[in-house]
Amino acid sequence: MAEISWPWQYDFPPFFTIQPNTETRAKQLEAWQQLITEYLKTTKQSTIDIRESQNSRLFNNTEINRKLSQEGILTILEDMQKTGRAAPTDKSKNVWEVYWHSLDEWGNLVYNWACNNGMNNSVCTLFELREGDNTVDQEFHGLDMSVLLKALKTLEGKGKCELMEFDDSQGVKFF
Amino acid sequence: MDRFEYIEARLFEGENYLKRDKNVKIYDGDDKTQFVDGEVVLTTHRILWGKPGDIPRGLVCLSLHLYYVFCIEEESGGVFGLGGPKRIILHLGPALPGKRPGPAVVSPFHFVKFSFKDGIDQAFYKALTDAVAAKVWERPTPMASPQSPLTATSPNASPKPSVMPVNSKIRSGIVGIERSIEEQHRQTDESITVAFQDLRKLMEKAKDMVAISKNISNKIRDKQGDISEDDTVRFKSYLMSLGIDDPVTRDAFRSDSDYYLGLAQQISDMMVAVLMDTGGIMSLADVWCRVNRARGLELISPEDLLNACKLLQTIGAPMSLRKFPSGACVLQLNSHQDEEIAKTTNELLEANGSLTPEKLSQIAKVSVLLARERLFTTERLGLACRDESIEGLAFYPNLFLREGL
Repeated sequence: MAEISWPWQYDFPPFFTIQPNTETRAKQLEAWQQLITEYLKTTKQSTIDIRESQNSRLFNNTEINRKLSQEGILTILEDMQKTGRAAPTDKSKNVWEVYWHSLDEWGNLVYNWACNNGMNNSVCTLFELREGDNTVDQEFHGLDMSVLLKALKTLEGKGKCELMEFDDSQGVKFF
Repeated sequence: MDRFEYIEARLFEGENYLKRDKNVKIYDGDDKTQFVDGEVVLTTHRILWGKPGDIPRGLVCLSLHLYYVFCIEEESGGVFGLGGPKRIILHLGPALPGKRPGPAVVSPFHFVKFSFKDGIDQAFYKALTDAVAAKVWERPTPMASPQSPLTATSPNASPKPSVMPVNSKIRSGIVGIERSIEEQHRQTDESITVAFQDLRKLMEKAKDMVAISKNISNKIRDKQGDISEDDTVRFKSYLMSLGIDDPVTRDAFRSDSDYYLGLAQQISDMMVAVLMDTGGIMSLADVWCRVNRARGLELISPEDLLNACKLLQTIGAPMSLRKFPSGACVLQLNSHQDEEIAKTTNELLEANGSLTPEKLSQIAKVSVLLARERLFTTERLGLACRDESIEGLAFYPNLFLREGL
């Protein structure tokens, strides 16, 4: 697991208390969102389970003995949802998908890669996109399946690709 | 025994107490009765028998009218006639119709015996025979009851016991009980009314009393030379202990608002210096203590203080009442505004790295409550941020806004 550079806020105890002052809180949430995105990106994760997240280093700084409460995490994630950078996967809002790029951006990334590699009008499996040798240097390499699928669906909505079902896997055709 | 009546132990009109004796047992003829170890009282009209203490309290007791007695004799008591006579035998005439209910309705005997445990007191015996001989009840009294139709016709029947209790009310049966309860209610009512009249009078007089005392204290002030210093001081202390000095009191003002205005002025005058000392701000509870300590007597209620403080701004006092969002009320110098508080608190935060309300209260020498409010104020103005953990609430300089991202 790659080590990320923790921001100064991570060692600042008030960071782990959601601030009541609106202005302060905006800054705080921004810092959190950057940290979360950075962390997930580095660890190649896309989902946060609030119920378990308190054990994660991300929300629990054992050095200063502070952890962000579940409500705090929810507050941050809900704030991220407003900007389209996170979405709950269940109604009880326990499991969240976090997009360090928005779905739109992801879609564009994949499409650009396809165009650049001459994949237009050809079919490739999602497995290829995620695990293939060609995409190792791409950001979406190893991306969470459901996130990738959602990203491709937005792309499909724009008419830039078409998702198709095989027996045991899914594929996509770029136009 | 059927000549006895139950009756409250009260003397009739014209009846007089003669003698009393203790430890007396009554025999119905030769038979023992339940009436033992009682007390007898001999009057000019009757013999009363009751349990010890009943008669002096006027409770119901047995009464035998002397009218019935036509012969008295002593019976020697004890085995072998030792120990002298112990019983008095009273031979009785026939029971009169219409007499009050007694312990027995019929009796085969025409005599009763009074047995004296301690022997017959000769004085008692003599008094009894005299009373029977005197027949005081036969003398016409001015109070002769109109209810006795026989009085005029037959001198023998005139002392009919049933009509003797002229003044005593008949209190038997449920009606009697109800009446006595009613009577009690009436009496309670009366006494309450009287008591409250007294109270009202006292309240009316209270103002005069205050005025008089003030007069006297003024005179003393004028004549300071004539009266020795000691006396003046002592008298003043008396007046003080009565709660009479010259504080702003409700009495001195016509209406509440006048009173509160006066009080507000007083608070403003005395609190300026105090507030300066304590950093320009003080919780209302502390203010209340200070004000009342300063007054010494004539203490004011917290409510009065609050009302007075609300008027501080209207009288243009250099301080005002301030209610924090948390509900805490403080008295605050006008010069001491939020920005000032936030600035100084921020400086303290910077100097200490972080502060808890407790720590700030020690550093700034204010109460914890106020320290907390200060920190909240600072936070509201964006100069501090909070850290809530299991260790409690602490505040830090607001690095979020200062440092950026």
